[in-house]
Amino acid sequence: MLDTLLQSAARLCEADQGTITQRKGDTFYRSVSYGFPAAFAEYVKDRPVELGRDTATGRALLEGKVIHIPDVQADADYTWNEAQRLGGFRTLLGVPMLREGVPMGVLALTRTDVRPFTDKEIELVSTFADQAAIAIENVRLFDSVEARTRELAKSLDDLRTAQDRLVQTEKLASLGQLTAGIAHEIKNPLNFVNNFSAVSVELIDELRDALGGVHLDSKLRAEINEIADTLQGNLDKVVRHGKRADAIVKNMLLHSRQGSGEHRAVDINALVDESLNLAYHGARAEKQGFNVTLEKSFDPAAGEVDLFPQEITRVLLNLISNGFYAASKRKAETNESDYEPTLAAATKSLGDKVEIRIRDNGIGIPAEVREKLFNPFFTTKPAGEGTGLGLSISHDIIVKQHGGSIEVDTRPGEFTEFRIVLPRRAASANKSGGGA
Amino acid sequence: MSLLILVVDDEPDVETLFRQQFRRDLRSGRFTMEFAQSAPVALQRITDAAGVSLILILSDINMPGMSGLDLLPKAKALRPDVPVIMITAYGDAETKRKALENGAEALLTKPIDFGTLRTEIDTRIERTA
Repeated sequence: MLDTLLQSAARLCEADQGTITQRKGDTFYRSVSYGFPAAFAEYVKDRPVELGRDTATGRALLEGKVIHIPDVQADADYTWNEAQRLGGFRTLLGVPMLREGVPMGVLALTRTDVRPFTDKEIELVSTFADQAAIAIENVRLFDSVEARTRELAKSLDDLRTAQDRLVQTEKLASLGQLTAGIAHEIKNPLNFVNNFSAVSVELIDELRDALGGVHLDSKLRAEINEIADTLQGNLDKVVRHGKRADAIVKNMLLHSRQGSGEHRAVDINALVDESLNLAYHGARAEKQGFNVTLEKSFDPAAGEVDLFPQEITRVLLNLISNGFYAASKRKAETNESDYEPTLAAATKSLGDKVEIRIRDNGIGIPAEVREKLFNPFFTTKPAGEGTGLGLSISHDIIVKQHGGSIEVDTRPGEFTEFRIVLPRRAASANKSGGGA
Repeated sequence: MSLLILVVDDEPDVETLFRQQFRRDLRSGRFTMEFAQSAPVALQRITDAAGVSLILILSDINMPGMSGLDLLPKAKALRPDVPVIMITAYGDAETKRKALENGAEALLTKPIDFGTLRTEIDTRIERTA
């Protein structure tokens, strides 16, 4: 558009050449030119225009008024000889393009012969300069509107993401409350089941003792003993399953402890270490003879991350227990006598992010399983050993609630490694909705 | 004179459970147990037991109406000499702190470890003997 404008101005005023100078950032450049030899265009292209009396454009910018140089060779102040040589001009006209009285550019016309511009021509060029100023201003406004629109679109996207995360957090929090409620409701009757079955085992022993002193024929005694054995066996089962249910309920309560909706700055090494201990002692309490070598490699620079500690602990417990399971399974299946089940936990500072790695040298994950790993209700464990919710919830906590990432690397029969990356301001991103 | 232990819990089956667990002691008359299914009933019983050798109060915390933590200072006011042990499903630090601050002797968590409870009772009996 400015090209056309410059061309028309030059033709109407019988000028041979012309330039339009515009501001780019803090500097002025001759961004549009007409009729000049290629050498001149090349020479001025990236050369900033200095405000000063040595060029027509510089002088127009400096003084903010029309500069008319009838013969450049007769003008003592004009010293831009190289351009004059390349452009081959003699008469110059520089008209500032003003916005609110301030020059925002210059429309310059030149003639290769000495032939001053008439007043009428100068007036005409001034009109063109005004038009150019308006055009430039419009482009600037359009650009800024476009930039603003882009900004708005981006903040709308950010808001949507934040909203999604809030909804997710809310869901997890209410799920937590529900879990805690159910767990408590179940715990009370379960306590009775456990206490009564334990005392009933004793009572059967006492029944045997009581019957011991009574004279009974051998057939009847055998029958009574058999029933007592069966009863005792049944009660042992009640006790065992009751304890199992109790362990589950305790776990549910652990996951839904009060305050799980709070996020705060947490020392990441301490959090990983605590989770390791919890998972390790949990596994030892659950399975007799369980053992695994723990390797810790904590980066002292890992520092603090703003996160929901209960939720991240839950993820870590889940990953670590999975690792224990995989390593124990390989131990049970393998013939290698020197196989040592190992679980390694590592942290690393990535500047504004923190990395946590949980690696086991267990059975690994086959490719077809790997694809479904984070799907809800997907599990490879036998009934009663897993809900299939662990990794899908972990994924949601890391990605949706904390804006981080979780990846898995594995080789069947060798190892599995989960890599979590959390932004330092992981949890506070959730709360930014009301601020900006 | 027989020694009395008062158990406060809103679950009626607690009585059956305790009577079975301590059947030998109850049969031999080592001590007797009485049961209250609410805090107000318990307070009434404590008031009535002025002359009786009440050696221990075991109380649940989570009960409808007056809770075990509300009962605790009132019971201590009536009988400062009688130790109170709280029994609760909520073994968190905050509950424990509140119970001990209000004069509880100890806080046991459910499911009740009857081995521990038996030791506690034995200690009280030896103290009165």
